[in-house]
Amino acid sequence: MTGALLTHPWSLWTIVIPLAAACLSFLFPRRAPLPGIITALTVPLFVATAVYQLLQAGPHTQVLGGWHAPLGITLRTDGPALILLLTSGLVGLTVSLYALGYFTTTDQQERRQQRFFWPLWLLLWGACNALFLSGDLFNLYVTLELVTLSSIALAALNGSSAALDGAMRYLLASLLGSLSYLLGVALIYGAYSTVDLALLGHIVHADDLSRAALALMTVGLLVKTALFPLHFWLPPAHASAPAPVSALLSGLVVKAPLLILFRLWFEVFPATATAGITHLLGILGCGAIIWGSLMALRQQRLKLLVAYSTVAQIGYFFLLFPLARGEAAATAWAGVLFLVLAHGCGKAAMFLVTGTITRVAGHDRLSDLAGAGGMLGARLLVFALAAVTLVGLPPSSGFIAKWLMINAAIVTGQWWYLAVIALGTLLASGYVLRVLSLAFIESQAPALPAAPRILRWPPLALAIVALLLGLASFHPVVLSLVDAPISGIILLEMVR
Amino acid sequence: MSWREALPVLIVLSSLVPGLIIFTLPEDRRRLRTFLNMTGAVLKLSLVALLFPFVYMGQSFVFRLPLLPGMDLVLHADALSLLFIVLSAFLWLVTTIYAVGYLEGSPHRSRFFGFFSLCVSSTTGIALAGDLISFIIFYEMLTISTYPLVVHRGTPEALRAGRIYLAYTLSGGILLLVATAWLRVIAGDLAFVATGILSVLDPSLYPSLTIIFLMLILGLGVKAALVPLHGWLPVAMVAPAPVSALLHAVAVVKAGAFGIMRVVYDVYGIEFAAELDLLRPLALIAALTVIYASIRALFQDDLKRRLAFSTISQVSYIALGIAVAGPLATVGGLVHLVHQGMMKITLFFCAGNLAETLGIHKVSEMNGVGRRLPWTMAAFTVGALGMIGLPPLAGFISKWYLVLGSLEAGQNWVIVVLMLSTLLNAAYFLPIVYRIWFAAPPSSWPRNQARVGGREVSLLLLLPPLATGLLVILLGLLADAPFSPLQWVQIITAREHVP
Repeated sequence: MTGALLTHPWSLWTIVIPLAAACLSFLFPRRAPLPGIITALTVPLFVATAVYQLLQAGPHTQVLGGWHAPLGITLRTDGPALILLLTSGLVGLTVSLYALGYFTTTDQQERRQQRFFWPLWLLLWGACNALFLSGDLFNLYVTLELVTLSSIALAALNGSSAALDGAMRYLLASLLGSLSYLLGVALIYGAYSTVDLALLGHIVHADDLSRAALALMTVGLLVKTALFPLHFWLPPAHASAPAPVSALLSGLVVKAPLLILFRLWFEVFPATATAGITHLLGILGCGAIIWGSLMALRQQRLKLLVAYSTVAQIGYFFLLFPLARGEAAATAWAGVLFLVLAHGCGKAAMFLVTGTITRVAGHDRLSDLAGAGGMLGARLLVFALAAVTLVGLPPSSGFIAKWLMINAAIVTGQWWYLAVIALGTLLASGYVLRVLSLAFIESQAPALPAAPRILRWPPLALAIVALLLGLASFHPVVLSLVDAPISGIILLEMVR
Repeated sequence: MSWREALPVLIVLSSLVPGLIIFTLPEDRRRLRTFLNMTGAVLKLSLVALLFPFVYMGQSFVFRLPLLPGMDLVLHADALSLLFIVLSAFLWLVTTIYAVGYLEGSPHRSRFFGFFSLCVSSTTGIALAGDLISFIIFYEMLTISTYPLVVHRGTPEALRAGRIYLAYTLSGGILLLVATAWLRVIAGDLAFVATGILSVLDPSLYPSLTIIFLMLILGLGVKAALVPLHGWLPVAMVAPAPVSALLHAVAVVKAGAFGIMRVVYDVYGIEFAAELDLLRPLALIAALTVIYASIRALFQDDLKRRLAFSTISQVSYIALGIAVAGPLATVGGLVHLVHQGMMKITLFFCAGNLAETLGIHKVSEMNGVGRRLPWTMAAFTVGALGMIGLPPLAGFISKWYLVLGSLEAGQNWVIVVLMLSTLLNAAYFLPIVYRIWFAAPPSSWPRNQARVGGREVSLLLLLPPLATGLLVILLGLLADAPFSPLQWVQIITAREHVP
């Protein structure tokens, strides 16, 4: 029994179940939510089993259909992949529950939305999980395309002109990104005749061709991750989509290209990455933090504020490139990977509760959202709870992540990144405070109806999970380093 | 988990759990809410009492939760934590009684008491934190959970005060965080150990240690309201009276002062800090704060603002006592943590009663209020005289030891500061006392609430200031009794100053 527990490819089920459920919900549109909910309840269990398996039995690679590399498809269930799977499991479960209540079946148009939401979302979920577990460049490309296309369809779901416009920008940007990435893959395959990441890591040399390939792939992925200044498509797409979709796009989808970037830079091309280039990525990250936060401070609509906050938070992920060096490499890696998990939960919770607020109030204009004590006041407090994680205040998971990053910045002597992290935290408190203070203003407006329970509890639960992960950070942080491209110990002090 | 590990956790949870339940209660469940509040407060006080004899005998209570490889959340109980925790647990009980009476019939009480309990849990965590990182975790939690109380009334003025409060405290918090991370990098584990942990480091690190010390003090100085970082405190007085009483006289400002104690005594070590010459700047800032805030207090007509400036001034006695760096000055500074809390909370309770019953917010309106509110004003007078340092009240004991300590350490200039401050205290408190008892009352009060059952105010509002006022007298009279705060800080001092 224990033998099967430790050798069975559990992580494979996190791909198979959502994809099968996607087919079922497409074939039986009237019963579409049922396979979705079954998926949402089972996938996290398989993720948990896979985590247990990795911690007990160590890293392992599963081969699909008996074909080994360089030809076949391999599943790599390593620590970083599992951190992302955990994110997708937690976010996916919460969003699925929320979506049950969000798309009401009484409204003709929403019934139509629901019919498309479930197959697309389940396809997206399966594709995301497949991407996290992929071990070669071509599979990463295929899964990334699946992720992107299903997200674009989801972003356009409510059919409003704003949503279509946002989705169209998203589509164009993504296509350019894909082209660039694919070109890079082609160069690599032409030169080395393999696309397997682990193999490439051993044989790639730092010549002009690898540099060109890396540059092409990176630019493509930067567009898809929406790193400043290539973020132009993100705010309209994320802000005009239905709430569950916004939560998925911000909490989950932007992390898919990010993981590919991390795998490329730290596993395949560590020799090609010079200090100058890593600083360039770091500076773009700093730009994202500051620009995104400033834009969030200026927004008049709640959903746009949250979307710009995503632009800012993406910047933190890119500080990994300059911070992960020397003794501090493992510290920075663990910090950023944990931030991915923290941000996924926190931001999804924030978008979901924003959806509830919009639903209850009928709009999301900040100037008209005041309301102490009533329905809105309580929801705005949930928003603030999610914000504790995103700002990075203790005892949340965001705090632990930033603590690790701050440590890495100090150990490597890069004070300017420290200053940006501190400034970003203050700016984030600023835009969150704009929303939070609304919760305390007495409003003369007539009392609003209570939202149904299913729109109230999932965001609160996810916000609490994000917060408490800060106290349960030990195992996720250890997990993020298992079989990671960066090895070493988490270093909080300099060894003398 | 043994009971020794469990006890510190239970002490934190005894207010956290009731607080979380209270959040979910509907507004009209008044009895259940009060029951939860009181149960939590009494339970916390009993648990702390249970801890007392063991810590006295020098036994340790430690709880560890691993957060990262090499970093734990540590809760531990030592003599210094008990000083702060007894104060906050007792005053929480008193203030809860007061707040139940004060907020009778006002909206959003579940929210209020929920955040109130969170604040007390954070304060307890600050007292029990076993290392600098755990301290910061609770310290920041206190920042977050106080904000909703400051803006509780929801007026534009309150929201502005909240913004200012957060701008100050979050900036200070980040500075503190960066300094701690830096210290963690060069010194390793930052456990609070009596007599400090840094003196073993290589002398080449001393310049860094000096900068880190300044950053830590600046970060902590925001909450401790050291001039020029005090700007948030007078503004935050828009909060309801119980908040001003507990949080701005005790929890928040004391969290800052307590942090300075921990950094000086248990991280750097008082001898080592003196060796690095770090205490002189601290003494200067503290002395400046004592004088400057007293002068500002003179010119405030708003009673709560006058009390706020008085808080700023008096809390710096603590920092001053620490910075003078002799054993006797340490006794004076540490014991002032308790004494000042007791006196200032009495004054704030009384100010709240004035505002509630007679609608009086200004010093100039207080003529003759002693005739209308004799008991409340008697408590106020005791608090005010204690602040001035009149024997045999609590404030006298602190000042006495501060003066002795300055003489012992050969820092005679501190005595001048203390004398000047005493004169200023008298100058801004005695006129109030005069108005209360000797000036003729006006023909009508701004608002005159009916007497409740023949009493000047309801018992819930009257008993807390009377209790704390009585304690101001007793803490002074019985200062030398066993287990008095004075005796307790003498134990701490003996552990911190290695002969």
